[in-house]
Amino acid sequence: MPDDGNSKQGPPEKLPKPDPAGYFEGETMTRRGVFSAGAMALGGAAGAVVLLPTIGFALAPLFEEEGDTWQKVGPVENFSEDTYTAVVITAVPGIGEAGKTTAYVRRSRGDDQSEGEDGFVAISTRCAHLGCPVRYVQAAGNFICPCHGGVYDFDGKVIGGPPVRPLDRFQTRPSDDGQVEVGPRFSVTSQLDPVRTRDPGEFTGGVWDYVYPPRPSVPPAP
Amino acid sequence: MPNPLKRPSRPGERSANGAGANGSNGASRGAQGVEAAKEGGGGLVGWVDERSGATGFLTGMMFRKVPKGTNWFYTLGSATLFAFTAQAITGVFLAMYYTPSPTEAYESITHLTNDVWMGEFVRGMHKWGATVMICLIFLHMGRTFFFGAYKYPRELNWVIGVVLLILTLVMGLTGYLLPFDQRSYWATVVANNITATGPVVGPYLADFLRAGPEVGATTIQRFYAIHMLLVPGLIAALIGAHMYLVVKLGTTAPPWLKAERPKNARKKTEVG
Repeated sequence: MPDDGNSKQGPPEKLPKPDPAGYFEGETMTRRGVFSAGAMALGGAAGAVVLLPTIGFALAPLFEEEGDTWQKVGPVENFSEDTYTAVVITAVPGIGEAGKTTAYVRRSRGDDQSEGEDGFVAISTRCAHLGCPVRYVQAAGNFICPCHGGVYDFDGKVIGGPPVRPLDRFQTRPSDDGQVEVGPRFSVTSQLDPVRTRDPGEFTGGVWDYVYPPRPSVPPAP
Repeated sequence: MPNPLKRPSRPGERSANGAGANGSNGASRGAQGVEAAKEGGGGLVGWVDERSGATGFLTGMMFRKVPKGTNWFYTLGSATLFAFTAQAITGVFLAMYYTPSPTEAYESITHLTNDVWMGEFVRGMHKWGATVMICLIFLHMGRTFFFGAYKYPRELNWVIGVVLLILTLVMGLTGYLLPFDQRSYWATVVANNITATGPVVGPYLADFLRAGPEVGATTIQRFYAIHMLLVPGLIAALIGAHMYLVVKLGTTAPPWLKAERPKNARKKTEVG
């Protein structure tokens, strides 16, 4: 057959007709299949190169640890056992007024194990219901939340309204120059035992430790 | 109206110049096309149509049949779309004056409200328009529900509509923080803490929204990006899908309208 190559009669008879169509003997993929898979893999890789770093970029704050938050709030003499003194601390640095929050500090009365040997109690104003700012009312000796009516007693234990646990506290320590220093936040159980920080609205203790797992962004219990 | 955009004639009816018949016959349609091009020829619409074939789609969409009994309740979807468009337009112009920074956001809002010409009006449109859009979307949903318009074959469009409702509520939530006054700050604190109370994933989700364990420096930028880039894009894309299905499937007749019996139908006879 001299003009075999130009014949319009279809493929030369010597080549076997692939069966199933498209596959020659010993092949597991057609040429078309190889190129389709290759093109998809390449496209997928190109997409992943863009997408994965971007997602990591957006999720990064979840894995950021809090830096050193200790700050001085005034001389030791400013604080008494019987009432709270409001101090302003910076909860989030770098955003001006919006990053500041109030804490209520008093001298420890020593009748409570949870008040520790450092001698001071610093109560966070972040309501344990949904995070509104509570206010200490001297006449009643209670903490009251303006948003949904949560009420806490002098120790920060819930005595009314929707909050699910006592008010959070801050670690305290006396500084070398006779001042009180306020440090990282921690949450407490209903018995005022310190536990790792929770967001407002989250129960503490028991199964709730698993329902609200520890995250890198919150400090461990003192 | 440019010739290519004219209403197509009814089946079996031929318009005077022969163009724009319903096109059930492929050969005659081709011939009409040539005829129309020769006759209509120039004009921008004709030029674009010859190269895109867009008028077939446009006339199909604009002159589609609607059932008997279609009434004002059927405009609630279009009204919601109008509200979204108004939000998009006013939002783009508000973005020209707004600074998404915890120290400057409130200042920039005060400036654009009090100093910029018509700023109060544009901001008011955006603020009240947001409420109007939420109201309209719920009315539209109620119309669809009470008219039974979510039933086969329109279930997918109901699902898309529900996703659009959720995205609209996300817009409301993220937009609320942006003025960065006391109310918006504490509302966001509360909303984030509600998110955080979800079991297992809640705290992580709240960390993602806040960009950390507290509402802080980048929370407002994060909400701004979600509010003006991420969610509007999703909403626009889903509105496209929603409207495609509306045009594709047509609308339903109101439930109080009974199907008409064809005149030549046999009368129902009692048996036994």
